[in-house]
Amino acid sequence: MIHPIPSGTRDVLPDEMRELRAILGAANGVFERAGYGEVATPALEYEDTLAIGGVGGTLPVYRLFDEQGRVLTLRSDMTVPIARLVASRFSGAELPLRLCYFAHAYRGIKPQRGQSREFLQAGIELIGAPAPDGTAEALTLLCETLDAVGLTSYRIGLGDVALYQALLDSHGIDGQPRERILHELVTRDFVGLEREVDTLRLADATAVAQLKRIPQLRGGPEVLDGLDGVAHEAAEGLRAIHERLDAAVAERVIFDLGLVRDLGYYTGAIFQVYDPRLGAPLGGGGRYDDLLGRFGRPLPAVGWALTVDRLHIALAGEERR
Amino acid sequence: MSDRLTIAVPRGALMREALDLLDTLGIDTSEVRSNDRKLLFEDVGIITMRPSDVPTYVESGAADVGITGKDVLMEQPEREVYELLDLGFGRCLMVLASVAGDDAGAEALRRLGVMRVATKYRRIASQHFERTGRQVELVEVKGSVELAPLTGMVDAIVDLTATGTTLRENGLVIREEIAVTTARLIANPVAHKLKAAAIDAMVEKLRAA
Repeated sequence: MIHPIPSGTRDVLPDEMRELRAILGAANGVFERAGYGEVATPALEYEDTLAIGGVGGTLPVYRLFDEQGRVLTLRSDMTVPIARLVASRFSGAELPLRLCYFAHAYRGIKPQRGQSREFLQAGIELIGAPAPDGTAEALTLLCETLDAVGLTSYRIGLGDVALYQALLDSHGIDGQPRERILHELVTRDFVGLEREVDTLRLADATAVAQLKRIPQLRGGPEVLDGLDGVAHEAAEGLRAIHERLDAAVAERVIFDLGLVRDLGYYTGAIFQVYDPRLGAPLGGGGRYDDLLGRFGRPLPAVGWALTVDRLHIALAGEERR
Repeated sequence: MSDRLTIAVPRGALMREALDLLDTLGIDTSEVRSNDRKLLFEDVGIITMRPSDVPTYVESGAADVGITGKDVLMEQPEREVYELLDLGFGRCLMVLASVAGDDAGAEALRRLGVMRVATKYRRIASQHFERTGRQVELVEVKGSVELAPLTGMVDAIVDLTATGTTLRENGLVIREEIAVTTARLIANPVAHKLKAAAIDAMVEKLRAA
């Protein structure tokens, strides 16, 4: 008998589930020791509520109506629901708030290896802790979690979403040309990026070089040297985070000045987790210092999420070696 | 972790020039050139495949970098790969073509409101007609696209042409140029970070070549 399930979803059977549970257990142990309290929110939220978070570009794919005709959507991540939760349920709480979750989120992605349309995330949100200390705490916890899960070869790409925007600002690039340049950056097309920068015909050769070169810079702390002008501020911010990390965490970090993430609420440092055994990131996160304010509770915040299926694939890959 | 790169090389029209370029990087491609049945050349880190499969292998991480046509990348925009360099060779035109003489496509559009177009490039074709505000019915074919308008099955084709010879020999003329495509160097997004030094060194040498 064949009874289909929705495209991009899948079942989990006991052998796999046992291994997933081990990963979740390891992560949970780290979260608890670090004082992060687990929360759960409904998988369904009012579309209007999630829209406050303004999840840029990634519209929720699963929409339905309740009996009063209100539009509900399946959450596309946990950060926006947690921002909503913090704004409405923790008004008098002592800061910073340390929250964690194990929850499914839903996106209309092309189903591929380790990426279903319904996917389980393990993540944390650290609310009320500004940069750079809050960011350093989040990165440290990220490494502790990956270590506890059993991964050995992972690296963390660290960049700043504000950096390239500031660069565009400083050269007065706005409107359509700016959108076209950002489009090439988001779609990872450096050939297109260089073409779009060339079409601007900027007189300033240093500006042209910066716009083309900076997003392609990645590597050790040396990539931050030589960043001057507006890029200097972002570089100092990243250096400040790096200085606050223990050696074991710091050596996992790759500075990546071209790093972009597809969620629209990030404001500063962003990160992404890579493992040589998988061709796609295991997860990531960053600072979202404006998001809570949109829900009426202006607080600096940082968080990250790991896709559990991808952790599992990377772990299985590392064990095979 | 080894910093040696695994390179996806397209078989077919782009292959010879792709291998010439790899020679300039000091990669020994002689075995790849002499053996056209073998697909995986582990000693030199080369895997060979049809051009349209290159983004698939690179996206999954089975290859760290790859060489393929811009036409392939335009047709598969959802692939999560970095496009690093325009390699300049393999220059082709993506064109709208139809049987010489009266423009059957324009005629169909005017009288019937819809043009029937055969293509292997569904994404590129539908985007082109959307951008230019024309309604089309796309007919996807796998083999020689030139046959489709000759038999009257469609009014026009969207296809890639290097010299225009095949079009001419089949009595077809170019009506519109849609895009210029060349070979591109692409990279897996994780390899781009974890093997940054090796990839940057490769890009630098290729830029200079």
